[in-house]
Amino acid sequence: MAQFNLPKNSQITQGRSWPAPAGAKSLQTFKIYRWNPDDGANPRIDTYQVDREDCGPMVLDALLWIKNKVDSTLVFRRSCREGICGSCAMNIEGQNALACTMGIDECKSPDNALPVLTRKDKDGAIRIYPLPHMPVLKDLVPDLTNFYAQHAAIEPWLQTETPAPEKEWRQTPQDRSRLDGLYECILCACCSTSCPSYWWNGDKFLGPAALLQAYRWLIDSRDENTGHRLDGLHDPFRLYRCHTIMNCANTCPKNLNPAKAIAEIKKMMVERTL
Amino acid sequence: MAPTARPTVAQPMSPHLQIYRWTWTMAMSVFHRVTGTALYGGTALVAIWLVALASGPVAYSYVAGFFGSLIGRLILFVYTWILMHHMLGGLRHLAWDFGIGFDREKRLAMSRLTLIGSTALTIVIWAVALLVR
Repeated sequence: MAQFNLPKNSQITQGRSWPAPAGAKSLQTFKIYRWNPDDGANPRIDTYQVDREDCGPMVLDALLWIKNKVDSTLVFRRSCREGICGSCAMNIEGQNALACTMGIDECKSPDNALPVLTRKDKDGAIRIYPLPHMPVLKDLVPDLTNFYAQHAAIEPWLQTETPAPEKEWRQTPQDRSRLDGLYECILCACCSTSCPSYWWNGDKFLGPAALLQAYRWLIDSRDENTGHRLDGLHDPFRLYRCHTIMNCANTCPKNLNPAKAIAEIKKMMVERTL
Repeated sequence: MAPTARPTVAQPMSPHLQIYRWTWTMAMSVFHRVTGTALYGGTALVAIWLVALASGPVAYSYVAGFFGSLIGRLILFVYTWILMHHMLGGLRHLAWDFGIGFDREKRLAMSRLTLIGSTALTIVIWAVALLVR
């Protein structure tokens, strides 16, 4: 059953407010989720002031600026700083994104937000939380164990019956082009953790990321195990908990469309019974 | 890959509904559920009306009197909107089930149209109903 409110140990408290850097002219406030497993306290929100003139344009630049110059205890994942590793996925201003490709000036105005229901912040601060509805390891670092297990569950490798060719499995350019919009997924988990269905049933519903990967293998012309793959998804939860809410497609930092991939899997399920 | 080192204390759950920015598609999905549930009540209204119709003029005059009152009309007006909203939402989901309308602009437009279309249809239905009366 879906639990809409946060458990007691997850409720967020007011944290500390760090002083603004001396002599800074252009300040941007960041309110950042903190949780330390060592102090036994509830999560809190710390407030930081970043000197925009001394800091790069992206949210990741601001986080690194804070870590280097204000508070070295702030913990987050990052690696490539160019949107290909998927490490710095987090919730920025209410939408999941990669901190490295989300501009500080850009994150306040996502194009698909619903103005009526969107909270208006008077303080102009940028709020940063870990990916939603995930167990937290520390600060902005979520535990992705279940997410990776779900990726493994769809068996993301080529499966064939025919003997392997001497050199390589060949594919026409047309067949190869069907993988466009699917192979680019970097498994950052922005989509799955944006999905309310995944929030309520993340233990049984595979989620948009794993299902997009499942579709990537289902339509690969070289793969010969389509029936087995569809059998594995034929389940009221694993596939059919998708209710086309489309937060996945709205939030994907690579502009992919997991919702469409899932709809195509549902179509394949129907087509094979006709 | 080395297993993740988990804290020994209970891990908190990161906030979700509390912080997630509402999108049009998400809001219309919730609306579709809510209107679908509300239609149980709406169907009960239709059933009450039909039972009254079958029970004779006295029972019918009671029910017709209530539905004709200001509160009764308000309930029927809201019911009309709920019905139209759920119908258009159903058509939207039908299109999506065929794999149509997944692009960013299209899914946004379809979600907005559900709200605008259901409101417009409700007004048209009531305008026609009041005019031909």
